[in-house]
Amino acid sequence: MTHQYPALTAEQKKELSDIALRIVAPGKGILAADESVGDMAKRLNQIGVENTEENRRLYRQILFSADSRVKKCIGGVIFFHETMYQKADDGTPFVQMIKDKGIVVGIKVDKGVVPLAGTDGETTTQGLDGLSERCAQYKKDGADFAKWRCVLKISDNTPSALAIMENANVLARYASICQQNGIVPIVEPEILPDGDHDLKRCQYVTEKVLAAVYKALSDHHVYLEGTLLKPNMVTPGHSCPTKYSPEEIAMATVTALRRTVPPAVPGVTFLSGGQSEEEASINLNAINTCPLARPWALTFSYGRALQASALSAWRGQRDNASAATEEFVKRAEVNGLAALGKYEGSGDESGAAGQSLYVANHAY
Amino acid sequence: MTHQFPALSPEQKKALSDIAQRIVASGKGILAADESVGTMGNRLQKINVENTEENRRAFREILFSSDASINQSIGGVILFHETLYQKDSSGKPFPTLIKEKGIVVGIKLDKGTAPLAGTNGETTIQGKQRSKYDYDCTVVSSAGLDGLAERCAQYKKDGADFGKWRAVLKITSTTPSQLAIQENANTLARYASICQQHGLVPIVEPEILPDGDHDLQRCQYVTEKVLAAVYKALNDHHVYLEGTLLKPNMVTAGHSCPKKYTPQDVAVATVTTLLRTVPAAVPGICFLSGGQSEEEASLNLNAMNQSPLPKPWKLTFSYGRALQASALAAWVGKSENKKAAQEAFRKRAQINSLACRGQYVVSGKTDAAAMQSLFTASYTY
Repeated sequence: MTHQYPALTAEQKKELSDIALRIVAPGKGILAADESVGDMAKRLNQIGVENTEENRRLYRQILFSADSRVKKCIGGVIFFHETMYQKADDGTPFVQMIKDKGIVVGIKVDKGVVPLAGTDGETTTQGLDGLSERCAQYKKDGADFAKWRCVLKISDNTPSALAIMENANVLARYASICQQNGIVPIVEPEILPDGDHDLKRCQYVTEKVLAAVYKALSDHHVYLEGTLLKPNMVTPGHSCPTKYSPEEIAMATVTALRRTVPPAVPGVTFLSGGQSEEEASINLNAINTCPLARPWALTFSYGRALQASALSAWRGQRDNASAATEEFVKRAEVNGLAALGKYEGSGDESGAAGQSLYVANHAY
Repeated sequence: MTHQFPALSPEQKKALSDIAQRIVASGKGILAADESVGTMGNRLQKINVENTEENRRAFREILFSSDASINQSIGGVILFHETLYQKDSSGKPFPTLIKEKGIVVGIKLDKGTAPLAGTNGETTIQGKQRSKYDYDCTVVSSAGLDGLAERCAQYKKDGADFGKWRAVLKITSTTPSQLAIQENANTLARYASICQQHGLVPIVEPEILPDGDHDLQRCQYVTEKVLAAVYKALNDHHVYLEGTLLKPNMVTAGHSCPKKYTPQDVAVATVTTLLRTVPAAVPGICFLSGGQSEEEASLNLNAMNQSPLPKPWKLTFSYGRALQASALAAWVGKSENKKAAQEAFRKRAQINSLACRGQYVVSGKTDAAAMQSLFTASYTY
């Protein structure tokens, strides 16, 4: 406890820190394209496309063949394992296509949630076995960052102390192992939006969870400057009867982060968690125009909120490929602006953007 | 764990946050004038002055009757219990004298340390006289908070708006232990929680002593672990961070470390540590001077504020010795030296005000008193 046995050399630290800063450079965020085979089934089902390896390859190709406009707004792409080793029609490996655009390649490394016995349906996440060897291999194969998702849920008696502690601990172990292999760990403690709880409840739980996460990271000697955080925004539950403005969501979110996330963390890349594309952009923009001081980059790591329009434009038809790519580029640029607090809304929302429902001196 | 039972109303939060902001307003720091009777004895002995209540009163009067413009550099003054109830020569209570200048009054709330059984000379803090059961670690370490709520309520009535509580940790080959870190963090969090219930902003002081020959890296490592534990405990105890202040040690090498470091080394190590552990919601960090000379304490603070590293909290001072050494040396117990003593104090206050904005430019010679190390081994109150 009192002596340091340095986990990383100065060079290792610098490498990790540089990678993290590149991913969250001003105006840039992350494309989360790491849907598992099962997740992709749901997406493709919705547009009437069969879930084959080829279709998954064709779809990711649409995203990855975006032109140089994405260089300004995409700092990193998260891959699923299968996708890391796929190629474009012309034989170019996807990993290379991404790196050629100056974008950092990341890899999902967790192996899904498993139940915590004796809890009310709570889970932890598995994937630590052999993680070090896997990280070393992914690093050789082109990945410079990784992602690991833990899941917590708000209900009357959850999240429990055990769920919070166990998930924080497993995130810290994962982060420590990643860094040993030159991989920047994105730490994702997602608190689901399911439920009818209000904004305050989500804020309270988020603060408790994040405090536990950062204590665990400290205990495990993780180098914070070489990590990123991927949290939920602080929002009411999906079935909450009260409606909140983007400004209220922004205040609650930034307040929670200011109370728990050390300024040494270079960036916070929000998950979109079921928000619509526009909602996710508007909220991110409000977060970046919030009057509170924000010592980390606040940007996006969006899956659905970057891809929904592209998927429905594609519908599995090769002829629709460039139209679909264009939809993706549009959303990427919008979120790039939102990450700078410069997005003014799609036009339908522009009235709302001016109408602040933020109450001064509201205690969060 | 999952439901909030709000500890404070929005009005209470605002009141606490406003007080904290006033104390660390730009260019301002804290005068730690809360030396206990015993510690004042040490100070007065060095200038051959007898440690009487009147002498203690007289010296504090010199400080507190400084010209009102001292409020440009001093945002808060911490008092010892005795001093809170003393008056100046015209009969004006000290709290009134201080508040008239727009300076916030604070009160030291701990009464020293008590041993943690089974550790290597480590301590926790207590708020009352040691229990007769002091061989029983459990009783001693939990006795410190007894009656604190009532004391806070009374001090608030009597003019205090913030409190201070000092925990002490020490670096050796086996310390600080897990227990010492966890127990001191927990007690600081209990104290902070109780303070806030009574409208007092808690200054949280987890001092890691500079005693020892460890290097800068060791101090940084230990400080990071200690501060991480402190902020986890504050979170667990539902403390409202925007209504607190932190009073840590700077990250420095141990006093007997053979290697020398520059103010820039100290600045980078200290700010890096804070960036890794102190949430941005904390409005201000007011360093203790911990035996540094007056000049050293100012140069280090200045270097921090000049550092290119981000600083989302105010970085300022809460100095005792490092604000008063020259004043004491000028006074030497003689009332005719009052003006000289006040001038010495004013000068240090102004220098530290510049330092907390990174604007202190060293010019000319600094006098002997300013350069003299104020280190006392194993410093306790």
